[in-house]
Amino acid sequence: MASLLEPGVALRPDPMVPRLVTLERTRAETADTFTMELVAPDGVTEFPFLPGQFNMVGALGVGEVPISVSGDPQTPRTIVHTTREVGAVTNALKQLRPGAALTLRGPYGTAWPVEACSGHDVVLIAGGIGLAPLRPVIYEVMRQRARFGRFLVLYGTRSPEDILFAKELSRWRSQFDMELLVTVDRGTEHWRGNVGVVTKLVARAPFEPRETVAMVCGPEVMMRFAVAELRARGVAEPNIHVSLERNMKCGVGLCGHCQLRGEFICRSGPVYSYDRVAPLFEVREL
Amino acid sequence: MVISDSRPERSAVLDARDLGSLLEALQLRGYGPVGPTIVGDAVVLRPIAGVDELPSGVGDAQEPGSYRLAPRDDGRFFGHNLGPSSAKRFLFPPVRSLWTAIRIGPQVRIEANDDPPPKIALIGLRACDLAAIAIQDRVFGREPYVDPHYQAARENALLIAVNCSQAAATCFCASMGTGPRVGGGFDLCLTELLDAGGHRFLVEAGSEKGDQVLADLPTTVATERDRRAARAESDRAQAQIQRRLDTDGLKDVLYRNAEHPYWNTVGERCLACGNCTLVCPTCFCATVEDASDLTGDRTERTRIWDSCFNLEFSYIHGGSVRTSTAARYRQWITHKLGAWIEQFGTSGCVGCGRCIAWCPVGIDITEEAGRLRSEDRAPQPVGR
Repeated sequence: MASLLEPGVALRPDPMVPRLVTLERTRAETADTFTMELVAPDGVTEFPFLPGQFNMVGALGVGEVPISVSGDPQTPRTIVHTTREVGAVTNALKQLRPGAALTLRGPYGTAWPVEACSGHDVVLIAGGIGLAPLRPVIYEVMRQRARFGRFLVLYGTRSPEDILFAKELSRWRSQFDMELLVTVDRGTEHWRGNVGVVTKLVARAPFEPRETVAMVCGPEVMMRFAVAELRARGVAEPNIHVSLERNMKCGVGLCGHCQLRGEFICRSGPVYSYDRVAPLFEVREL
Repeated sequence: MVISDSRPERSAVLDARDLGSLLEALQLRGYGPVGPTIVGDAVVLRPIAGVDELPSGVGDAQEPGSYRLAPRDDGRFFGHNLGPSSAKRFLFPPVRSLWTAIRIGPQVRIEANDDPPPKIALIGLRACDLAAIAIQDRVFGREPYVDPHYQAARENALLIAVNCSQAAATCFCASMGTGPRVGGGFDLCLTELLDAGGHRFLVEAGSEKGDQVLADLPTTVATERDRRAARAESDRAQAQIQRRLDTDGLKDVLYRNAEHPYWNTVGERCLACGNCTLVCPTCFCATVEDASDLTGDRTERTRIWDSCFNLEFSYIHGGSVRTSTAARYRQWITHKLGAWIEQFGTSGCVGCGRCIAWCPVGIDITEEAGRLRSEDRAPQPVGR
């Protein structure tokens, strides 16, 4: 009879179980944003990713949040994440000291179509922290600058003090052929630049609409207006790419939180070509 | 359909007085029996030790927002309809530890919870329940990220179905093509017979494991009369089904009416309590919680059922996406009856009617979908 009592089936590896990584350094970017640099405990394991992909980053005992990778795809030994302090997890991450252990799962999700931009004008439109998921694209375009046509970064943020990666942006602008248009919601005494929403920059930005691939990342309302301006200029919907954001608890299409109609944003997104998600952009509270 | 006619050697008749032998055979093979039993005022699935725990002689009456047990005088073991719990509770438990992180000095270690789920035999699953399991198999089995907890629980579970011999007023499996007669996807299927031939079960095996258990039972040969009687049970259930859901083109009706004012009227009634998602045998959304001990050296992540009716469900920095109850109800029903088809190639609804009975205000998925269809707005150009 003993043969009848076969043991049950054992478990396969669980995608919900993270690995541990070590915080190398944290840098404050602006008043409420910061960048973390993470490495494997052995210091050599690489974490290859594609621009636009995200990791589930966790503070032990607090929780896990999806954060896009903001680093250079060519330096995969260091995982770079830039985020805002907006909740329990990001606040806890901000408090961690160098050497602290974090949890990491990923990379997950779809990528910005950098390869497809070859021979085209490239227009990045970022709102606030939305610049962080686009920074890997900037690194990639800069590395192979000659492959692309005009390269524009249109960036809107709250105030001059909230400009992310300010030094890097001005260095890129001076060293490479990159058109950078920045606008702020509220200027200051010393601000000589644009004031107003970033979407207003689209109309007069120097790019050839029919030859342009655009990537848009920011609050949903900003993306909606940016897409409208791009379409008004004549950029085709399949050439406009957006990065969508929803609550995520798993990152692997199991927890259900990130669903937007038929999409699991963690699996089929976060980066979509606009024509695929256009109908979803029109409905409130979807 | 895996029915006895095609494979007569895989079916047999078990006298109702020998039903205990089934539980013994299961236990002997290491399967803990889980079956319908009365807890409080409802029939629920729980681990059971013997047939005396089955709800013998108990039926029920169900209506939107209402579930009541009712005695029946025929002594049937399975004379009840579906209660609030389903196989989901056992294959995808409401709470499951995922991993624990342990800090020892400067070192942190993560230990995955790889405890295999127990071997169980789920007794009394109806045709719609089996359909729901087939749906969850797809939900949790999409490569490359398969849920190993579900997968192991599934492989460690024996499914013992029961053919419905009656329908509740909330049932609409016929509309969803899932019942009432059990088609496949079971290890054993029982049809409870009660006629001049006595109180007995037609037992059909649907798998090798089921065959082995069937061989252990003190059965007699199934006759044509037994099979006819079994079909009559299913026919009676079929005839009692009153509710209908027209699924034809329903996904598109839901999609194109996303901004119909109708949603506000259902939003005004819905309490956003999440009962429907808890009793639904296919709803799969889950959240995670972290808990640390007092030293802070040990922290555990646990997966817990969540519901799209919770405000926090759609929270992203700054606020929730679906603040109104109307938007949350729209999400649930549009996903269940529409988006699910896009995602998994099947409706997410099996017609079990649990969400109708257990809704505290009696919101009826068939009625709501039907009303939206009746007020269907013709396809409109998207407003740009």
